[in-house]
This record gives sequence, C-alpha cells and structure tokens, in this order.
Amino acid sequence: MKCQQCNKTATFHITELTKGKPQELHLCEEHARQYLTQEEEPAVAPSLAGVLAQQLAVGQTAEELAKLDQRACPVCGITFYEFRNQGRLGCPYDYVCFQAELDPLIVNIHGETEHVGKKSARFPEGTEKRTQLIRLRREMKEAIDDEDYELASKLRDDIRKIEESPPHKKK
Amino acid sequence: MDLNELVSTSGEWLRGSGPESDIVISSRIRLARNLAEFPFISRATQQDRTEIENTLRDRVLEVQESGELEYVNVNDLKVIDRQFLVERQLISREHAESEGARGVAIARNEQVSLMINEEDHLRIQVMHSGLDLQSAWEQIDQIDSLLAQKVNFAYHPKLGFLTACPTNVGTGLRVSVMLHLPALVITRQIDKVFRSLQKISLAVRGLYGEGSQAMGDFYQISNQITLGKKENDLVKQVGDIVPKLIEYERKARDFLVRESHENLHDKVARAYGILRTAQTISSEETMHLLSSVRMGVNLGLIEDLQIPLLNELFIHTQPAHLQKLRGVELDTADRNIERARYLRRHLNKSNGDEAN
Repeated sequence: MKCQQCNKTATFHITELTKGKPQELHLCEEHARQYLTQEEEPAVAPSLAGVLAQQLAVGQTAEELAKLDQRACPVCGITFYEFRNQGRLGCPYDYVCFQAELDPLIVNIHGETEHVGKKSARFPEGTEKRTQLIRLRREMKEAIDDEDYELASKLRDDIRKIEESPPHKKK
Repeated sequence: MDLNELVSTSGEWLRGSGPESDIVISSRIRLARNLAEFPFISRATQQDRTEIENTLRDRVLEVQESGELEYVNVNDLKVIDRQFLVERQLISREHAESEGARGVAIARNEQVSLMINEEDHLRIQVMHSGLDLQSAWEQIDQIDSLLAQKVNFAYHPKLGFLTACPTNVGTGLRVSVMLHLPALVITRQIDKVFRSLQKISLAVRGLYGEGSQAMGDFYQISNQITLGKKENDLVKQVGDIVPKLIEYERKARDFLVRESHENLHDKVARAYGILRTAQTISSEETMHLLSSVRMGVNLGLIEDLQIPLLNELFIHTQPAHLQKLRGVELDTADRNIERARYLRRHLNKSNGDEAN
C-alpha cells in the first residue's frame, strides 16, 4: 500500500476514533511523523490553584468569597486567602476548620473522600490533642512579643503538661 | 557524610541492574509524613524548624532497617554539594533551594533517603535499580511503621495521613518508575502515550521531577491519586502499566530497526562520534547524545561499549558531578570544555584509542 500523501510505501496505519466515525490513514514514516506531531498539545493537569479558583467561583458571591478569604485557622493562624495563594496548608487542624472548603477540592483531586490505606499506629485522637501544642506555642510566642510574661509562663506550663502526657495509647 | 566518597560511583538509580534495566532505570517510592505537634512548613518558625529537625533526625537515625544511615545538614552545605545530591536523586530540587533548618539521612547504598523539612516534615524515599516496586514498597512500609512507633504523625480518622498539600493527603504515597524511552520519542508516539496515561490519572515528569524537562529521553511515571486507595493498589496501578510501556518501546525499537535501519544506525553512530570527539559540549546535548548511544548499545549497533559505563557518564557529566570530580568549581564555558574532555577520555579508553 502506498502513502496517501506521496509515492512511498505506507508503513504507518492509523485509525482515528476521535472525530465521530473511524477514519483510516495510511502514511509513510515521514508523513506519519508530520501527522502525529501536528496533534494537539498534551492536556496539562489542572493546577491546584486553578481547581480551587474554579470551585470557589461556583455558587459564591464576591462578598462571600472575601469573607471566606479572611477566615483564619484558630490553631496556626493561616487565612484561607494565604492557603489559596500558596496551595499549602498551615497545620493539621486546617483539614478540620476548612473542611467544608477542602472537601470538594479533595474530591476533585482524588475522586474519593475516605482513606482506606495504612492506619496510624497511634490513638486517632492523638493528632487533635497534639495540634493544641501548635496553638499554645504560637500564643506563647505572641505573649512574649507583647511582653506579657505572666501569660507566657502560664502557656509554657500548659505546653509542658501536654508534652509530658503519654503521647499515645494502643487501641 | 563525606560526599566525596560518593562522587566516583554512579549511585543506586543508575546502577543499571535489575529486571528490564535496559528500559526501566529505577523504581522509587516515597511517603509524606508530618509531626502532629508542629505546624506545616509554611507556618513553621525558625525555632519550629530546628525542633522538627532535631526530633526527626534522632528518631530516623535509630531505624536500623534503613541500612547504615549518614546525616547531612543540607542548610550548611555549599550550593554545589546540594546540587550534587539533587543530581544523585537523594534530595529534591525544592529541598536544595529552600532555606532554614533542614537535612537528609542517606543510606550508604543510596537506596534510602529521609528528607527532613522539605514540603512536609518528613519525606521517606526508597529507590531500587530496575523494575522492583514491590520490594521497594515493603522496605519503605517497614521503615514508616517503625518511625510511627516513635513519633506522632499527623493523622485524621477519615482523611488518613495529613500533608501540607491536599494532593498528597491519605496515604502520602508516590510510586514512580523512571523509564528510558528513546524510540517512542523518535517515532513521535510519546505524546500519545502520555495523553493516555493522564486519562488514567498517572502523571509524567522529566528526569528531575516536577517541571523538569525530559532530558535524555528519561521519563518518570507516577500515581496522582493518594486518597481512597490502598497502598498496594497504588503500587500495582503503576506497576501494571510499566510492562505495556516496555512493550511499546520495544515495538518502536523493532520498527526503527526494520523500517529505517540506516537512519537509526546513522543517528547512533553520529551521536557516538560527537561524544568521542567534541571539544566543548553542554549538559543537555550530552544527555541527548548519550541517550541515542545507550539505545544503540541495547540494540547491538555499538559493540565496544558497556551499559554501566554509559550510565556512569550520564551522572558524571552533570554539572555538580563534573566539578566535584575535577575538584574545582568551573563556570559554564569551562564546564563544557571539561565535560568534552571527560567524555573523550572515557569513551576512547574503552576501545583502546589513546586520543585525548
């Protein structure tokens, strides 16, 4: 069989299924190369920021968005705006306090909402108790910055109490 | 760790052994983990970072299963040494280029590395030569389980392991295989292959990960989804696609040998000729030409070269390796001259030609 575009022998036999009905092409190496390289660019995987922007644009007024952007995590202090900009969360508790916003994003990325893999070797509540340390340390630092040493020393005692408590129990 | 000891070898990922090693370069698995009692890196103070590093370094070094580990303080390293570890695939570019307290524990055989204060507090990596995902998974699973007994990893009953970026949440698992696919590139089928991989949620990256170009026809295939699937299923998803890609690449090679033998042989011979005679050569051109020569050796078109030497040249001609081997820092122009000299010396030595 000869190439459909010149007199050389056709060595590529391509069946296109994308344009409605199957279309057969018989091409030589050179013309096949030309044909295959003029194809569309590979689809770029949607970026996290892009997916997020798209999601938030649905069903939310600009006012609601601005309000959401200002919401901050009580533990690490990151605002939703900051997360949206850098695509990185500030602490484990963000998954709890921004849950409503993160859930659709997570479905979009993974197509699932529940972990079924390896379990933590630790008592599940361990994380929540531990994240309190993040808040306390931040508050202590702020107290020191404000020269409120009384508050800072109280916070330090609270931190020690958690740090010294047994970190985990086996289930 | 004395990095100079590593310089003269080629490391685990280019060892060039293991199943299907003419096409599959290496199998790599990584787990992302964070300590529950510290903020993620983006909100961590310098003091947090130091405490995270101290806590994790001590625990990590206790884990015997990783093999004999050496700790490298990445923050104290010179730029060229960080670059050297990136070329070696022992740390990521992000880890090399960020700032503040951070480090990496590396096994002597370079199969295991544990990065501290990367995007997550801890990134565990296990890399094996050739197609060897299952045993890499077993090894990393064991290391992770031992560490989980010593520290509190951030974990949510429904979402699993919590990570700084929601793209890694759940298992925190990234399974990747590095492939050498020169014939699919020459026959222009590579984009089609990649589009079909993206449809089944597999990502394709270049040699040095995110955003890097596919230098030397090396491609990394990895899972994108980390939540809602068991670790073994994620390993299997990537593992199952590899034999198909190997088959496509072999078919493309057969096709080239059959249908355009002269063109292929010419391309390979010219690449070999340039590498043996050039007086100044960039890293990109070197990778490109070595890729052709590597395929030529695998197809029997070049008979006086061995794959281990070629693999070594791939890594030794990278900028930081070249400078460490020479023992001095060189600018781009001088590197290109030194690279050409290095290639001439090693490629001409192998067939008894003394020209330099």
